[in-house]
Amino acid sequence: MNIELRNIHKWFGKVHANDDISLKITSGTIQGILGENGAGKSTLMKILSGFIHADSGEILLDGNLVKIKSPDDAIRLGIGMLHQDPLDFPPMRVIDNFLLGQHGGLFLNRTQVEKQIQELSQKFGFQINPDAYVETLTVGERQQLEILRLLWMGVRILILDEPTTGISANQKEKLFATLVTLAKQDLTVIFVSHKLEDVQGLCDRVAVFRQGKVAGELTPPYNTDEFIQLMFDKEIKIGAKTTACRPEPLLRLENIGIEDYRLRLRNINLTLYRGEILGLAGMEGSGQKLFLQMLAGIKRPVCGKIMINDVNYAGKRYENFLKAGISYIPASRMEEGLIPGLTLTEHFILSEEHNELLISQKEALNLTQSRINDFRIKGVPYSKVEQLSGGNQQRALLALMREKLNLILMEHPTRGLDIESSIWIWKKMKERCADCTSIVFISADLEEIIQYSDRILVFFGGMVSEPIDANTTSVDELGQLIGGIGW
Amino acid sequence: MDNTTLTTLAGIMEYAVPILFAAIGENFIEKSGITNLSVNGTILLTAMAGFVVALNTSSLLLGFLIGALIGMAVAAVVAFSSITLKQSQVAIGFILATLCRDLAYFLGAPYNNKPGIFLTKTPIDFLVDIPVIGPIFFNHHVLVYASYLFIILAYVYLYKTRPGLQLQGIGERPAAAYNRGVNVNFQRYMYTLVGGALIGLAGPMYSLAVKIGWSGQLSGLDGVGWIALAITIFGGWHPLRVAFGAYFFAGLQQLGITLQSNTNIPIQILQAAPFPLMIFTLLLVNIGRAEWVERELAAMPEKPRLIVSKILRMLRTSPPASLGIPFERE
Amino acid sequence: MTVQEKSPQTTSLRSRINWLDLGLRVGAVIMALLITSLILLVANAQPLKAYWNIVLGAFSSTQKVSAVIASWVPLVLTTSGLLFTFTAGLWNIGMEGQVVVGSVFCVGAFRFLDQTGLDPWIVITIAFLAGALGGFLWAILPGVMRIYGGVNEIFGGLGLNFVAKALAIWLIFGPWKRPGVASMSGTEWIDPQFRLTYLPGTSLSPVIVVIALIGAIFVALMLKGTHFGLRLKAIGKNDRAAHLLGIPTTRYFLLAFGICGIFAGVAGSILVTSKQFSLIPDAGFGYGFLGLLVAMLVNYHPILSSIVAFFFAALSVGNVELQYMGLNSYLAGVLQGFLVLFVVMTNGVRQRLYKKG
Repeated sequence: MNIELRNIHKWFGKVHANDDISLKITSGTIQGILGENGAGKSTLMKILSGFIHADSGEILLDGNLVKIKSPDDAIRLGIGMLHQDPLDFPPMRVIDNFLLGQHGGLFLNRTQVEKQIQELSQKFGFQINPDAYVETLTVGERQQLEILRLLWMGVRILILDEPTTGISANQKEKLFATLVTLAKQDLTVIFVSHKLEDVQGLCDRVAVFRQGKVAGELTPPYNTDEFIQLMFDKEIKIGAKTTACRPEPLLRLENIGIEDYRLRLRNINLTLYRGEILGLAGMEGSGQKLFLQMLAGIKRPVCGKIMINDVNYAGKRYENFLKAGISYIPASRMEEGLIPGLTLTEHFILSEEHNELLISQKEALNLTQSRINDFRIKGVPYSKVEQLSGGNQQRALLALMREKLNLILMEHPTRGLDIESSIWIWKKMKERCADCTSIVFISADLEEIIQYSDRILVFFGGMVSEPIDANTTSVDELGQLIGGIGW
Repeated sequence: MDNTTLTTLAGIMEYAVPILFAAIGENFIEKSGITNLSVNGTILLTAMAGFVVALNTSSLLLGFLIGALIGMAVAAVVAFSSITLKQSQVAIGFILATLCRDLAYFLGAPYNNKPGIFLTKTPIDFLVDIPVIGPIFFNHHVLVYASYLFIILAYVYLYKTRPGLQLQGIGERPAAAYNRGVNVNFQRYMYTLVGGALIGLAGPMYSLAVKIGWSGQLSGLDGVGWIALAITIFGGWHPLRVAFGAYFFAGLQQLGITLQSNTNIPIQILQAAPFPLMIFTLLLVNIGRAEWVERELAAMPEKPRLIVSKILRMLRTSPPASLGIPFERE
Repeated sequence: MTVQEKSPQTTSLRSRINWLDLGLRVGAVIMALLITSLILLVANAQPLKAYWNIVLGAFSSTQKVSAVIASWVPLVLTTSGLLFTFTAGLWNIGMEGQVVVGSVFCVGAFRFLDQTGLDPWIVITIAFLAGALGGFLWAILPGVMRIYGGVNEIFGGLGLNFVAKALAIWLIFGPWKRPGVASMSGTEWIDPQFRLTYLPGTSLSPVIVVIALIGAIFVALMLKGTHFGLRLKAIGKNDRAAHLLGIPTTRYFLLAFGICGIFAGVAGSILVTSKQFSLIPDAGFGYGFLGLLVAMLVNYHPILSSIVAFFFAALSVGNVELQYMGLNSYLAGVLQGFLVLFVVMTNGVRQRLYKKG
């Protein structure tokens, strides 16, 4: 189906997320939408799939003006979207994920649909068991499931929002092959991404978004510099790889075992050095989060020792870890990191140790103002944290860390941030490393892991690799490892 | 089996009926993602209203109908406040629980201890003659038979039909349900109203059938609504397990009545007994989630750890993931 | 999204909405009065006459006004205590039972120290401390059950309310029964020397007013300007993040419950020493539940809650006058319930308007 978007506008409060966007996409092609986080790509796609409504503008399908009021309308018109975090029902079975939303009689036609799922997965070479619970699948498999479901619902336009984050090299290969097949069958594929190399390798045509506008459109043969020029309108310097790692050990893990009801990690031995940055790679739910929480003192190991300065911390409480200079920065900023409803000043008061009874407002204000300046947070001391943008929330979260720290633990430190913010955050973190602080972080972005780590641990289904030197590995090698190949 | 045992067992089948309807009604509401905490007040108010209407119109049917309507009206306030106005469901539910209770006592005062009309037993021919089973299951008023059917229907609806599957979806992940074309907030309204009607039926079931009459504060109904809410949790939001909980509770009530007549345990203690028990059952299904349990478990040797954590997981019940959270598209 | 400094435009918007705000609040009160009038009509009573009777019942004589203030005292205490738990994000619905157990401990202390010949003021002080202890213990229980057992404090508290009531009744009819015959009217009265003296011609002892004021001011100060209050607020808004920031959440949860329980226990002791002089089956008088309603109505604001508590106390006292119209005294509860319901609902309406405008 041919799509034409005309003069789409969308405001979120004061933010002009889509600013007069017009775009034509032809049937049977893979259209790339490239842009930084916050450039307005996802907003446009949500408008196209009926999830939100444009403030003004027109959508034409095969030349006919259409109104898309809900995802239901979109599906009926043949538009389906695979969201970044697949919109499925984790505690339910695969088959129920198909049946839910299917129009039909009162009772469920399970056997028939089960057969259809099996036929479809065979056709695309996916291995999906209709009776499996969705929560047991990897992100890559959940994507496959959603693609199958959308095709089964009969979509002719398939939108994929950042589908290559958090999946293995093999899954990515399979995904791309599937998309090419679908385009050959005259489906329209819209591929949204902020990763240059994904878009370059796959798309027939690419629209580059910048600050809510279409900055330009490119066709093969692609030129990387052109892309960067359009995306950022200026040069972005990632900076050379540096290290602050010293030969003094900070922490030693001896025969550590961690488990939850799904995973068992055993015999982890590791020495972490001062100033070192350790990257943790793996598909979601492979054990890296358990590992990080163990280091934070949130998850108690079932065996082994955590030695810091010849003291065994295994079994000690979170408070003890905090006192030992270990700081944990959780992934979900608003759920676990910051406190919605409180101001920046209140956050800074809370983050410092105080034994007196009364709050000194003046002192707190001074501290807040200096941190706001230091961390370049766009906000004022009495801004409530939920009023800040994602990038500024992340800056605020980092600004809350105490002065002297031995170890910083981070989950997805730059997820959802634009490149400039990411680079800035890592610059700040590197300063910490130069100050003898070590960092352990999880990221789904393998390039980020390679760029900033000294060593890397790969997790797969409860297995932990030996530390890998970040200077000698590659995205491909890591991509294979997180998918379970090469162990 | 002697006669006392049979009567006791038959009594359980009867006493469980109002709790069953209220708890399964609440189950439907909570499955959709809304908590209706007003149950206790609703039951008191509808017990009074059902009794009064039946008395004044000489129609049992109207008594039950008014119960369902009032239950629905109270639920409508819950739905409007939590879905449209996005206020705390706990606050609204609690306010309504006390408001409805006071309304019941205020408006019902002139009818305290008046003789009224009530539902009579209608044993089912042939079936009632089956030894043991007959007297326990088939020698009741029609509500008891309806309750058997109701449990099965609730189960089939929730787990075997398309709308039931959608209901699970909107409570679990409303955004995903919306993405599949389900009108989340409309359905939440519908299920809150339907569940409210079922809870509203529980009141007249007491005053017109199970615990006949209305005597204000002395009706002994204050508290059953909270028990029903706890049973929904204990039952893990599954109609069959909820039904089990209701029968279990009714069994304890019967046991209390028997004990009271045979021993000299003070009546006040027996009356309060269900509540510590309610707390205890909630403890059983929730303790696996407590942080200290997890920490202590990790310190155990492998074998007992696996056994204990398995038991805790078996007992544990999980609410619908978005229970109490309003759904917004943007 | 960026945050901008307050522009003149937004301030004018805000002042306009403040008018709207006031209008909504007045509207809520009118709605509550209208619907209660309807209820009164259903009960065959003239609404205006009923309301006038309530006003007369609350304010027509010094004696009555003093009764309102005497009733305001325990209500301010329960409301103030609940502000701690509400700030910590907890629903201490067990407040009612905590008042009851406070009374039980207080009466128990008097019974125990009755014949010791100690100075009455020492005995009264000990009895108040015992009452506070009772409330404290009964409040810690749902806290412990929530933190260590995962039982939602709403169910824990409610269950304990029923248990507390059963405990009181059991004591009245069992171990503490009056010589001769036990009755619903309660245990034997405490010795007159332990009763707080009333101002002449009233039923109000000045000392309890002082206690209430101290309590209310204490809460306002603790919640507004101290690290303790801020930490409690942080826990209430996001306990997970507060924990990760290094606040000992478990201790603060228990502290919130404990302090709230102490307020309940003191309220219970006041009821024993200046109103009932004995333990009665309904020893909580509904002050726990009423405190929850007041706190919700003022959106957990310390100073406003003292004012609204006064009106609620006047309603509850004036309400008794209705029996001369052949109505029972649950009308106050009905009116109070509707008031809180409509105020909370209009909060939602206001938030919707804010979002749109």
